[in-house]
Amino acid sequence: MDLSLLPDGGMRWLDASGPKSTIVLSTRIRLARNVRGVPFSQRAKDSDRTAVLDRVSEAAAATEHLANAVAFHLDQMDRSERQLLHERHLVSKELAGLEREARARPGAALLVQDQVGVMVNEEDHLRLHGMWSGFDVEGAYAAVEAVDAELGRLIPFAFHPEFGYLTSCPTNAGTGLRASVLIHLPGLVLTKEITKVLQGLSQVGLTFRGLYGEGSDVVGNFFQLSNQTTLGKTEDELIDHLGKIVRQVVEYEEQARDVLLRTAPEEVEDKTWRAYGLLKHARRLSFEETMNLLSGVRLGVSLKLLPGPGVYTLNKLLIYTQPAHLAAMDGRSAGDRELPTVRAAFVRRLLEAESS
Amino acid sequence: MLCDNCKERDAIINLTQVEHDSKVTLHLCEQCAQQKGVETGGAVLKSPLGNFLGAVVKSGSPGALVAAAGDGLRCPSCGSTLRDFRDSGRLGCDQCYVSFDAHLRDLLRRLHGSSQHVGERYETPGTGSGDGDTDPRSRLLELKAQLRRAVEGENFELAAELRDQIRVLE
Repeated sequence: MDLSLLPDGGMRWLDASGPKSTIVLSTRIRLARNVRGVPFSQRAKDSDRTAVLDRVSEAAAATEHLANAVAFHLDQMDRSERQLLHERHLVSKELAGLEREARARPGAALLVQDQVGVMVNEEDHLRLHGMWSGFDVEGAYAAVEAVDAELGRLIPFAFHPEFGYLTSCPTNAGTGLRASVLIHLPGLVLTKEITKVLQGLSQVGLTFRGLYGEGSDVVGNFFQLSNQTTLGKTEDELIDHLGKIVRQVVEYEEQARDVLLRTAPEEVEDKTWRAYGLLKHARRLSFEETMNLLSGVRLGVSLKLLPGPGVYTLNKLLIYTQPAHLAAMDGRSAGDRELPTVRAAFVRRLLEAESS
Repeated sequence: MLCDNCKERDAIINLTQVEHDSKVTLHLCEQCAQQKGVETGGAVLKSPLGNFLGAVVKSGSPGALVAAAGDGLRCPSCGSTLRDFRDSGRLGCDQCYVSFDAHLRDLLRRLHGSSQHVGERYETPGTGSGDGDTDPRSRLLELKAQLRRAVEGENFELAAELRDQIRVLE
């Protein structure tokens, strides 16, 4: 597998060019689709999966948006490579076979071109997705919707006049649309307002998860906010609603940061400089500690308490300090005991390169 | 300093309690402090999420929301039963939505507040406003896909017809 085939490694969203990108790292859209008449993942035989993959590959080649897609066949990749794609948010844990079974199912694949892609044979036959820099729900949706329209003309999708697009799990039925933002909320965490905000979210039909989506932990004050329901509202309504609520959360976060600056300016400044100092000088760093320190530095940079590094560098650090990435760079396995040392050295190198 | 309670992790919290006029100070790690009901900075971050995520995961199998009364129902298309869905939270095929429609309609209402899709209307390829509007490339691909299905279904008469159409387009 050669990830360099992907421009920007499939992560253009890291460049921090999008709106509000100091607080909102990325916006992600996904649409769940299934091929009519083929058993869903749960009941599918290997031959069904292979047929779905052939079908999708063939159709993708005939589209404008996926004609030059790079294809990754997860069932033919070793674990570290699959983990690499997962760490880049390009495939789910389930598709990468990183859960119980520890290997990818036959026919599990990812097609990716620029910022859009399709996971094939995940929980649903097709999971179309796109990831955008910053807070840009409309931009991301427009791109994914275009792929959906093209593929939908070439592949008969399972659709029901009452229930809409039919999905393996009824929680995704209807539009099949999940819009989410990866958002950094240290202000709300430090001012202890976060619980209130998160509880409020569930009352307005939004849900939150950790850095890697469903079932993942919250680290480094990064939260994924997304719509909880997918049926009974139009795609535009779902997107508008998420946009509105996220704008509000961003506002709360900005207010919380103002409060911090007003009531405890020295503490905040100290906290961010300490985080920066540790990242610049530590000799061993765990992933979790790195995330937490990056959170402190990110806060300092966006409050202009720290002169640097740039948000792009911070975003890169988020991705490249993950186990599979470090291991791949250094020719080790992802479980290597020396990874904390490798991680600290890598962080120092990147920060030094930026400040020189 | 190690935690007074578990003696394993580093103590990061000093918990001072007043009992019968005497002051007792415990040095606790975050986990043990949480167990004792102390809200730590980390707890604010982790515990509500933990509970929340736990709740999401538990209700995450929507199958559990379906009454057991219909357990014996079986989808003729894929063979899965409503019981299978209750256990796994996953349906077997698109026809399950028809086979179990009364149960699923009720479930969808509970999950989404509605069972009526109001979003984009999808038109299955080939059933739209007429094949004349489809660009030839897509049409060709669709014909090839139909051909494969026809062959798979051993419908050779249709396959021959499709093969002719493809030859014309190619």
